[in-house]
Amino acid sequence: MGILEIKNVGKRFGGLQALSEVNLSVAENTVHAIIGPNGAGKSTLLNCLVGKLIPDTGSVTFQGQSLLGRKPHEINQLGVSRVFQTPEIFADLTVMENVMIPCFAHRDGAFKMNAIGSVATQGDIKTQAEAILEDVNMLDKRHMHASSMSRGDKRRLEMAMCLVQEPKLLLLDEPTAGMARADTNNTIDLLKEIKEKRDITMAIIEHDMHVVFSMAERITVLAQGTPLVEDTPDNIKGHPKVREAYLGEAQV
Amino acid sequence: MDAIILQILNGLDKGSAYALIALGLTLIFGTLGVVNFAHGALFMIGAFCAVTLQRILALSHEVAVPGETDFLGNPLMRNVPYVYDWFGEAAGQTIIEWSVPLALLFAIPIMIAVGVIMERGLIKHFYKRPHADQILVTFGLAIVMAELIKYWFGANPIPAPAPPAFTGSFDFGAALGMDPNTIIYPYWRLVYFGFAAVVIAAVFAFLQFTTFGMVVRAGMADRETVGLLGIDIDKRFTIMFAIAACVAGVAGVMYAPINSPNYHMGMDFLVLSFVVVVVGGMGSLPGAVLAGFVLGILESFASMREVIEFMPGINQVVIYLAAIIILLTRPRGLLGRKGMMED
Amino acid sequence: MLGLSAKDTRLFLIVIAMVAFAPFLMNPFPTDSAMAQFNAGYPDLMQRFVIFGIFAIGFNILFGLTGYLSFGHAAFLGVGSYAAMWVFKLLGMNVLPALALSIVLSGLFAVVIGYVSLRRSGIYFSILTLAFAMMSYALAYSVLAADMDGPDQQGMLQKGLTGGETGLQLTLSDPRVLGQSTTAEGNIPVPNLFGIEMRDATELVLGNWAFTFSAGYYIAGVIMLIAFYISIRIFRSPFGLMLQAIKTNQTRLNYTGLNSRPYTLAAFVISGMYAGLAGGLMVAMDPLAGPERMFWTASGEVVLMTILGGVGTLIGPVLGAGAIKYMENILSKINKDTLYEWFSFMPDGLEGLLVTMVYPFVGKGWHLTLGIIFMLVVIFLPGGLVEGGQRIRGLFGRKKKTETDTPDGAKSPAE
Repeated sequence: MGILEIKNVGKRFGGLQALSEVNLSVAENTVHAIIGPNGAGKSTLLNCLVGKLIPDTGSVTFQGQSLLGRKPHEINQLGVSRVFQTPEIFADLTVMENVMIPCFAHRDGAFKMNAIGSVATQGDIKTQAEAILEDVNMLDKRHMHASSMSRGDKRRLEMAMCLVQEPKLLLLDEPTAGMARADTNNTIDLLKEIKEKRDITMAIIEHDMHVVFSMAERITVLAQGTPLVEDTPDNIKGHPKVREAYLGEAQV
Repeated sequence: MDAIILQILNGLDKGSAYALIALGLTLIFGTLGVVNFAHGALFMIGAFCAVTLQRILALSHEVAVPGETDFLGNPLMRNVPYVYDWFGEAAGQTIIEWSVPLALLFAIPIMIAVGVIMERGLIKHFYKRPHADQILVTFGLAIVMAELIKYWFGANPIPAPAPPAFTGSFDFGAALGMDPNTIIYPYWRLVYFGFAAVVIAAVFAFLQFTTFGMVVRAGMADRETVGLLGIDIDKRFTIMFAIAACVAGVAGVMYAPINSPNYHMGMDFLVLSFVVVVVGGMGSLPGAVLAGFVLGILESFASMREVIEFMPGINQVVIYLAAIIILLTRPRGLLGRKGMMED
Repeated sequence: MLGLSAKDTRLFLIVIAMVAFAPFLMNPFPTDSAMAQFNAGYPDLMQRFVIFGIFAIGFNILFGLTGYLSFGHAAFLGVGSYAAMWVFKLLGMNVLPALALSIVLSGLFAVVIGYVSLRRSGIYFSILTLAFAMMSYALAYSVLAADMDGPDQQGMLQKGLTGGETGLQLTLSDPRVLGQSTTAEGNIPVPNLFGIEMRDATELVLGNWAFTFSAGYYIAGVIMLIAFYISIRIFRSPFGLMLQAIKTNQTRLNYTGLNSRPYTLAAFVISGMYAGLAGGLMVAMDPLAGPERMFWTASGEVVLMTILGGVGTLIGPVLGAGAIKYMENILSKINKDTLYEWFSFMPDGLEGLLVTMVYPFVGKGWHLTLGIIFMLVVIFLPGGLVEGGQRIRGLFGRKKKTETDTPDGAKSPAE
């Protein structure tokens, strides 16, 4: 029984069957990659996991709890964090504030009207935030405005914002999309480092084979909305079905 | 039955004005992505074009009336408009009386100029700014325009009558075989409705059947892609803005005989037109037209004595009430598309 | 001090000093000089400065922090005014219960309107709030003005809950169960705070200068200082940080485990209560409440004030409110004769030309000046007067660059 269980999930948009009979199990403490050509339904699947979309059929359970019908913030509170394709951060705020917000969210859980206490006096939150910034090597940038940072730094910051909540499952939506090779490698190193330091499960949706093969322990290949194969990276590499799926794309 | 027909008719002229302003607003929003709070002011400028032309045509000089003297023995002077000199008295008289429709010719170049100046001079710089900034700067512009008009024309409404040929009323009751005098409807309002229908049809035809319109529609569906196709989008934006300004302007010209123009009419209509646009769905042209007429007619029904006795004050709140209900049940308005203005 | 950082304390002390010494600061010109008409140090106007300051501070908590642009905030101003009027009519002329009811009632009103309007964002939210405010206006104007108990003994027609077009007024026959219906002299009693009447004033004459110290102004001023202090605390609190997070990236906030709705609703209600307080104070200074207070132009005015001063800054809304009320009261009083007097030193032709050129912008045309200034601010100075001040300071104080690197000071809502 994995930490995340996807059973028979199907989703239809008008005449398009985006997902059908998706069965997937992500084992605890592994890095599980979901790959597939464009239009394979990777993003739709991810959106079904985080509460943005509700699948038409099937079930999604996280640690035995159903995620269906829960809102994104409720799913986050169960211990699922998400990293976006383009980093979603609080651009107008400083790096420190960016990290403190998830700390508050994590501590206070649901709505808590802490309107009179000062942010500056929240020692525990500050320590927590500084520790995570140290972890991702950003402590020296903590007073910078988030908007003035490079894309790589924004990605790092977003990662820190997720990690500070100590999630059990981290969902990454093409974390290296649009990055230069050097930045991609940095991101891979960062992810590996994160994985080494803590018990965390990662599910990566990715297009870039380099990223996938350098860190995934299990790979699921999605094609036309349904899983084609699931195996270890070594077995996936030479798999005829996978080649077919990708070559098919290349011809189009 | 006759009461219902009458209320629908009464709703048509206001609905026409709402629809015309909302059409321009939503056109600007859909293509340029700009929320233009000064659009009501363009409507007002149109109305004052009618006033201005009326005043220009009435410009006159003094002529002595031959053979007559006033009580001091001086020759009796009479004001004769210049148009009498140029076209003869009868034709001149007709020209003055027809000043409102004539003002359309006068208003179109003015509105195009105003639109181009506004877009090039101000709006252009706000394409990339947040919607709130666009609202604020055009709101400021609307104040400035209203105040300038107030400075030139004063604070009081200025009547601009319709041509005498249209001053009477049409007896719908008699025409439909019902009791005469039950459904009386001024001719000019019929003209206004017909005019609005023509303008709306023209705008739709333009967008439907010309290459330019095709690009604009493509732009409304997906602005980024059209920008990437290497089409000179800047020039088209300017033209679109000028067209929208023109539609608002001619709507204002023709509305002058229905409600005497005053400096705050722009703002009065803007607030309601915005409600109309939002109810119709931001960026949806048919939505704007539909919502304009629906809300205009709704307002007119709510003004019936029977309804007011039943629910006092309903006539003043009905549009807002309808807007609230529609926005809460259909978040994107009647015909709106996903993703418009939701950020 | 009071749990504020050193920088905020300094700002707060400056504002306290400004409020305390306003009767001097606003009256820089001798009473008999030609410039005396630029003096703003009379109680009526100073009261308006602080009352609209409160209104704008509250609006800024919503718009400045969360980015939700409400175009219907005047509704709460009106509710606050009517609530205070009814306390004056039924209970007594002490302002404290009146203000308390203003705050509570407008808060409740804001809960209802906010709960519905905040289901949408962007322009849809603006239109929903506008629609609610215009409905409130129409209701106050006509529906709620329907006669409930007919003309009273004095023969003065008191119409319904809101008094309709003429507004709600005090009458001699109001019950005022905790006070008196009429004073010993047979007049309508005056709003007071435990006996201190709002219109009490002392005049201090120093040479050519006359300064007026009014009880009403100082009471309103103290209330504004409290309101300002609370707003600083909110800006610096975790709650305030969440609101700023909503403004910059609501998506991220939702994926951070927070439902933004309760936060925005709380901000909406707080700012509605500020508006209600301002409405109550307006009535405390001048016991009369009319529906025009709820018209959308009044909502537009508070938007102008906040933007002009500097949206999202602490002091901005107060400055903006002051600037607009100053223009409304001082600029609008300038007439053609005054202009001729000013330019009289010029040769005749030039004098006439200058008067003709300046006249459209003053007197009844002050709105034109307002509109132009507002546009210029939005175009060139999105941070309003506060940003202007910072830029000027930046021009002169290049040397003091080190200050920007202080650990906790380097963030957007600076002053």
